[in-house]
Amino acid sequence: MTDVVLKSRLDKRPIQEPTAWDRLMVNRNWLGLWFMVPAAIFLILFLAYPLGLGVWLSFTDAKIGRSGEFIGLENYEWLMDDSTFITSVFNTILYTTVASAIKFAVGLYLALLLNERLPFKAVLRAVVLIPFIVPTVLSAIAFWWIYDPQFSIISWSLKKMGWISTNIDFLGDVWNARWSVIFANIWRGVPFVAITLLAGLQTVSPSLYEAATIDGATPWQRFRFITYPLLTPIIAVVMTFSVLFTFTDFQLIWVMTRGGPVNATHLMATLSYQRAILAGSLGEGAAISTAMIPFLLGAILVSWFGLQRRKWQQGESND
Amino acid sequence: MTDFSRRAVVKGATALGAAGALTGPALLDWAKAWAQSAPWKPEKGAKLSMLRWKYFVQAEDDAFVKLIAAFTQATGVAVDISRESYEDVQPKASVAANTGTGPDLFWGLYSLPHLFPQKCLDVTDVADYLGKAHGGWVDSAVKYGKNGNKWIAIPICYSGALINYRIEASKKAGFSTFPTKTDEFLEYTKAMKAQGTPGGFALGHASGDGNTWVHWCLWAQGGQVVDKDDKVILNSPETVKALEYAKALYGNMIPGTASWNDASNNKAFLAKEIHWTNNGISIYVAAQNSAKDVAEDMNHTYFPIGPVGKPTELHLMYPILAMTYTKYPQACKSLIAFMLAADNFNPWIQSAKGYLTHCLNEYDKNPVWTADPKTTPYRDVAKRSLTAGGLGSVGEKAATAIADFVVLDMFANFATGREDAKGAIAIAERQLKRIYR
Repeated sequence: MTDVVLKSRLDKRPIQEPTAWDRLMVNRNWLGLWFMVPAAIFLILFLAYPLGLGVWLSFTDAKIGRSGEFIGLENYEWLMDDSTFITSVFNTILYTTVASAIKFAVGLYLALLLNERLPFKAVLRAVVLIPFIVPTVLSAIAFWWIYDPQFSIISWSLKKMGWISTNIDFLGDVWNARWSVIFANIWRGVPFVAITLLAGLQTVSPSLYEAATIDGATPWQRFRFITYPLLTPIIAVVMTFSVLFTFTDFQLIWVMTRGGPVNATHLMATLSYQRAILAGSLGEGAAISTAMIPFLLGAILVSWFGLQRRKWQQGESND
Repeated sequence: MTDFSRRAVVKGATALGAAGALTGPALLDWAKAWAQSAPWKPEKGAKLSMLRWKYFVQAEDDAFVKLIAAFTQATGVAVDISRESYEDVQPKASVAANTGTGPDLFWGLYSLPHLFPQKCLDVTDVADYLGKAHGGWVDSAVKYGKNGNKWIAIPICYSGALINYRIEASKKAGFSTFPTKTDEFLEYTKAMKAQGTPGGFALGHASGDGNTWVHWCLWAQGGQVVDKDDKVILNSPETVKALEYAKALYGNMIPGTASWNDASNNKAFLAKEIHWTNNGISIYVAAQNSAKDVAEDMNHTYFPIGPVGKPTELHLMYPILAMTYTKYPQACKSLIAFMLAADNFNPWIQSAKGYLTHCLNEYDKNPVWTADPKTTPYRDVAKRSLTAGGLGSVGEKAATAIADFVVLDMFANFATGREDAKGAIAIAERQLKRIYR
């Protein structure tokens, strides 16, 4: 309508058809695109490019100090048959699953405990954070001493108490070593889970608990039907992060065992470092790192799609 | 890093003062005269930065800082030293070589320069000059320093890894002198274990102690990773023999060696938990300070000789290299030559108390080797050492195989019973074939 009116009033002047450029200049989406450019550059430069470079390297035989040639999937084919690599995948999955599960259980328990009315609540909450505050390398060195084959405080105490006659070989035996490093990781990771869940717990309105108590709900019912459903989004986020951190753990292992004994505690991250940086086979190391991506992506997708669903958020059956 | 450099600055400053006070103008005059006559004149306004392995013996570092201070005074070239644990020098150098920025000089381990030979400054003139001036290079040093006809690094010193043992306990076990043959050595370890004074070699990922002893063991029985054309010949009856020998030794070791790193045997020896191991002289030096009774009762000796009938030791070589990207190549060469000049090198190597061994024949005469007879075995380390890679080339491939712990893992796999001999060799062989393709 407007067009018709305008036309009739200004029909003396030649009508200039708006060019594509004119249209573009007033297009809000086009403007929006420009506003996004700085962020996009930032993301491409610091996230996508290194990732892409890593993936590209994994298809080459690059060594440190010289760029390699494209060799397709050769690195991956080689790794498929490499017993050390297979062991490291197994170790990583074991390490992540066991450590994350226990971290979640202990973390949730601690969070619930700290959410209660306790004397010295503030101090206690701060104390829980200590393992998280200590630099990883320091705590790793502490654990290295605790697990030392000759000077372990645990072996020493048990020996003094007369329970064992020889030192426990914490890091020298395959399975002992695996459980030992998993324990160290749990010790380090629990505060993160506990404190974050505690923060989540504090957002739960006390009136819900009051109402439930009046209705005669047991403590277990209050947890199961109020706390747990309202905590689910936080749990999803915390566990995603926890799994990512654990899966990519490097320092603890490297300081304590360097992947030993006989590669029994090599994670994909430590093996990648050993092959790429120490031994100089960048391409192969990059292939090991790249092989971690599908696992990490899987972990992210689970929580991403989980968070989208209202069932997860509200604990009900309406999707 | 911050800590190291701050520390270095503070120490550098004190050492500078000390150098001035102690030796006064004499050292400076000598340094100036040296700078005058040396064939390399540092560029104007040159400034160098060096990343070196972190000292094991404090006195060595003090002497080194003093030496560098004298260089700065004589030539006006400021040198910034940073230190990293010796196995961390390699990744840093590799990144620097890759990106083309970083310290001008890297002083690292083994065949570090051979990881990126084309990024190392050609130092043939420095090597020839030093060789002529100081009685020639030992054979192993030539092999480490050269790539083709070109010297790409200057071998500064070795850190010897020899047998450390307790005297009394060995005597009690019936060995008044330390066994010199591998068979006797096995008997020795058995007797030592039987009387409750066992020892041990590291089977964890210990870059130094672990790699040195497994290579000795492999070579002593005639096993080899590759032949002289770099063809993988690991799968041999000799290797099986070496593995079996190592497993027998492992049975006589203290439990837990599969998790040992480079520091573990030092700790255990000083705490009197173990009575024989392989190590540099650092245990002895530490014992002199903190456990005098251990120092009194310990001694050093060569590794026993195996069926091949000649020494098959592997020692840690510390070559220094300058990167091609340096803006001051002349200053780099000048500094390297200065480090190895007799008036500098003698006091420096003396301060290392036997931990470091020279690669230039003239320095056999240094009093450090005779003042305390317990250090004498370390004098011959450079002459007795074979090179990384055994018969094969000392280049990138040998370095990769050592850094990836291929041989060490093979021994650990078999000794701890995770694999049979065939399996352990097959895993290592597969990896080696890829490295040496």
